[in-house]
Amino acid sequence: LNSTISFTLNGKPTRVTVDGERMLLWVLRSDLGLTGTKFGCGEALCGACTVVVNGEAVRSCVTPVKSVAGKKVLTIEGLGESKLHAIQQAFVNHHAFQCGYCTPGMIMSAYALLNKTPHPTRDQILQAMDDNLCRCGSHVRVVAAIQEAAGLKGGA
Amino acid sequence: MQNVPLKRRDFLGITGGGLFVVIHAELARAQEPARLPTRQAAVADFNAYLRIGEDGRVTCFAGKVELGQGATTSLSQVLAEDLDVALDAIDIVMGDTDLCPYDMGTFGSMTTPLLVPAVRRAASEARAVLLQMAAERLAVPADSLRVRAGLVTDPASPSKTVSYASLVAGKRIERHLANVPVKPVAAFHVIGQSPRRKDALEKVTGKAKFAADQLPANLLHAAVLHVPANGAKLATLNSASATKTEGVRILQDGELVAALHERPDVALAARDALVATFSPASSTPDDKSIFDHLLKTAPQARPAGQRGDVAEGERSATAAIEHTYLNSYVAHAPIETHSATAAFENGKLTVWASTQAPFMVKNALTGALGLPADKVRVIARYTGGGFGGKTEAPQAIEAARLARMSNRPVQVVWNRHDEFLFDPFRPASVMKIRAGLTAEGKIAFWDALFVGPGEREAAPFYEIPHQRTLSAGGWQGGNPPNMHPFHVGPWRAPSANSTTFARESHIDVLAAKAGVCPVEFRLKHLTHPRMRRTLETAADKFGWKPGKTPSGRGVGVACGMYANACNATMAEVAVDKRTGVVRVNRLVLAIDCGIVLNPDGLRQQAEGSLTMGLGYALTEEVRFKGGEVLTHNFDTYAIPRFSWLPKIDVVLIDNPETQALGAGEPPIICMGAVLANAIHDAIGKRLLQLPMTPERIKSALAS
Repeated sequence: LNSTISFTLNGKPTRVTVDGERMLLWVLRSDLGLTGTKFGCGEALCGACTVVVNGEAVRSCVTPVKSVAGKKVLTIEGLGESKLHAIQQAFVNHHAFQCGYCTPGMIMSAYALLNKTPHPTRDQILQAMDDNLCRCGSHVRVVAAIQEAAGLKGGA
Repeated sequence: MQNVPLKRRDFLGITGGGLFVVIHAELARAQEPARLPTRQAAVADFNAYLRIGEDGRVTCFAGKVELGQGATTSLSQVLAEDLDVALDAIDIVMGDTDLCPYDMGTFGSMTTPLLVPAVRRAASEARAVLLQMAAERLAVPADSLRVRAGLVTDPASPSKTVSYASLVAGKRIERHLANVPVKPVAAFHVIGQSPRRKDALEKVTGKAKFAADQLPANLLHAAVLHVPANGAKLATLNSASATKTEGVRILQDGELVAALHERPDVALAARDALVATFSPASSTPDDKSIFDHLLKTAPQARPAGQRGDVAEGERSATAAIEHTYLNSYVAHAPIETHSATAAFENGKLTVWASTQAPFMVKNALTGALGLPADKVRVIARYTGGGFGGKTEAPQAIEAARLARMSNRPVQVVWNRHDEFLFDPFRPASVMKIRAGLTAEGKIAFWDALFVGPGEREAAPFYEIPHQRTLSAGGWQGGNPPNMHPFHVGPWRAPSANSTTFARESHIDVLAAKAGVCPVEFRLKHLTHPRMRRTLETAADKFGWKPGKTPSGRGVGVACGMYANACNATMAEVAVDKRTGVVRVNRLVLAIDCGIVLNPDGLRQQAEGSLTMGLGYALTEEVRFKGGEVLTHNFDTYAIPRFSWLPKIDVVLIDNPETQALGAGEPPIICMGAVLANAIHDAIGKRLLQLPMTPERIKSALAS
């Protein structure tokens, strides 16, 4: 069942020899030790496991690792390695988190949104982020942070 | 300041040299259960301590947990303020049972009102001792010295300086100063500010380590086979197909059965390949019949508030109205499920657990594994949300037992289905209130029976001459075993989030009956000065226009008190009468929780409570039947999301007269009533049951 799958992970060529049907989330967290990407629901319902594949936000808990072969995968560990990315900085500025567990997924979803839509309206932000759940209730700040990162006026 | 006697050398050994200050929080100690003899028994006379190291860094060790509430930041501010050191020279170590003194747990909005004053006293005393030492060193009277960022200076002779670091270097300081005053509010320069959160960088970079992010060498992941329903028991087990996958181990010890593998997903698949049968659960009620069941099974009601004579009050009333308010079971649903990583090393067990109460978990582990207290260490560095649902940590016991059985480190992460099945839900409740008005439109009497929610904030804080509140059953245990079909427990502002719904709904019912504006009606019955000011502040911010309800505008108000914090919430909603969907357009909260340590942190707690509270008010309800929880994941349990976001305004009332109070819970308690009242104002129908789902709205409209 095992096969060798090559992809670019956070800018670096990466090869894993695994069952390609296994979900990317577990390969990232367990096989590769990148624990920034979180497990929350296992069924693409909460967004905690969001990573960016070829510029699109995907739920890594339902993404078979074989499907990222040859693609560019970006996780929270690959953002702002030397200096915080503008989105991360905006999350810091607005304290757009509490417990911080959903935060990596939030930031990756926001990254994909701004990648496609650099200047989103508030409604576009709400829509793009709607499937990222936060139980602490940091939503107003996440919206403000994304607006700031997009160079729009900050504040909820 | 206490000396640090030799019996505390275990702390010293771990933490190095310097000046140690132990911190007493008397109330927290009084609440410590006597049945918890731990290694800390010998040193259980303090709740936290701080060290000023030879490098000048100040480290505070406290048994609380950072759940997201920002305690690491607010404690740092307090220390920086009272010691006069730089904020970034402070480290907070929390949630580690080997490093931190005993703490009961992080809940009940107690960190701020109990720990903070104790830390302030200790820090003030430490500063005074250091100043005394500096005075001797510099030959200058202590009261003429100044301290800034840990550097003591004589303003009259700027070359005379000495740092805290050099004062404590190579010393054991044993001095005690009595009655050192703490800084007055007017002198604050760090308390009352909103510095960057201590946990910010780790949390935005993915470096913050939660319990499941610990990956010790040789780690096995375990997927535990849980019973399908509370009360069910494993009958038969066939693991033949589960063990077909290479590397899978099935371990069983009595009722504990788990599939283990080096990869978590493979372990989970192996667990799902186990063929098991279970004896059925004995529980019969479902989410519809539960309310009758609660009335039948509840224990004897106990008084929870009494004044005057209800019968006499009823005779003086011209009108009486009785309603029965219902509230459902709700889940904590933190995004991080219960998780734990357990490892034995040289006979000592270390468990990284997602919990709010590491010492409680440690105690449970010593009991379950038969280990002496000094062989168990629990670490809760970061916990991914708790809300009351992570006070116990059965997953930690599962991981530890499996680690011992497998002779390898073991990680247990509950999946979302497990999380819903074993969550200690907020109890469902039946709340009957009968109340009447005098001819002058004042509340003549109030007679309430609360079955299920517990008695916190059950009795009204309004001036009512004749009132009686009874409460049967609660969230803290002690219920008859067949009352609830599953565990119930504390859920953000336990009891109060239900009792406030019933009380504040019924106050509005009476206001409508009297034909009086609900704000005016409340003020007519309120003498509590802080509550009055809070309500007036909310009304002012909201731009409340006086008027009786229902007005068709969709505006509502509710007041609440919890842990001595006062809050008033106002809402504006729009109800789609065709679909029954409620859209909350605006929320205003005014809150008085005493001295504000960190305005931004307080706003975060308030915004978070209001946002989370939309869920229990509008959608959240656990479905179940026969002990089986039919709610499995977020597709059938709708928690608030971005598209629901109202405009939120939070007004922090400046009240330096009152000690700083906890605010992680109070702002959530009004959400049920404020939305019920706003919905009534919008559609002229009163919803008596939470959550106010589209179906219930439509059925109310059709009635």
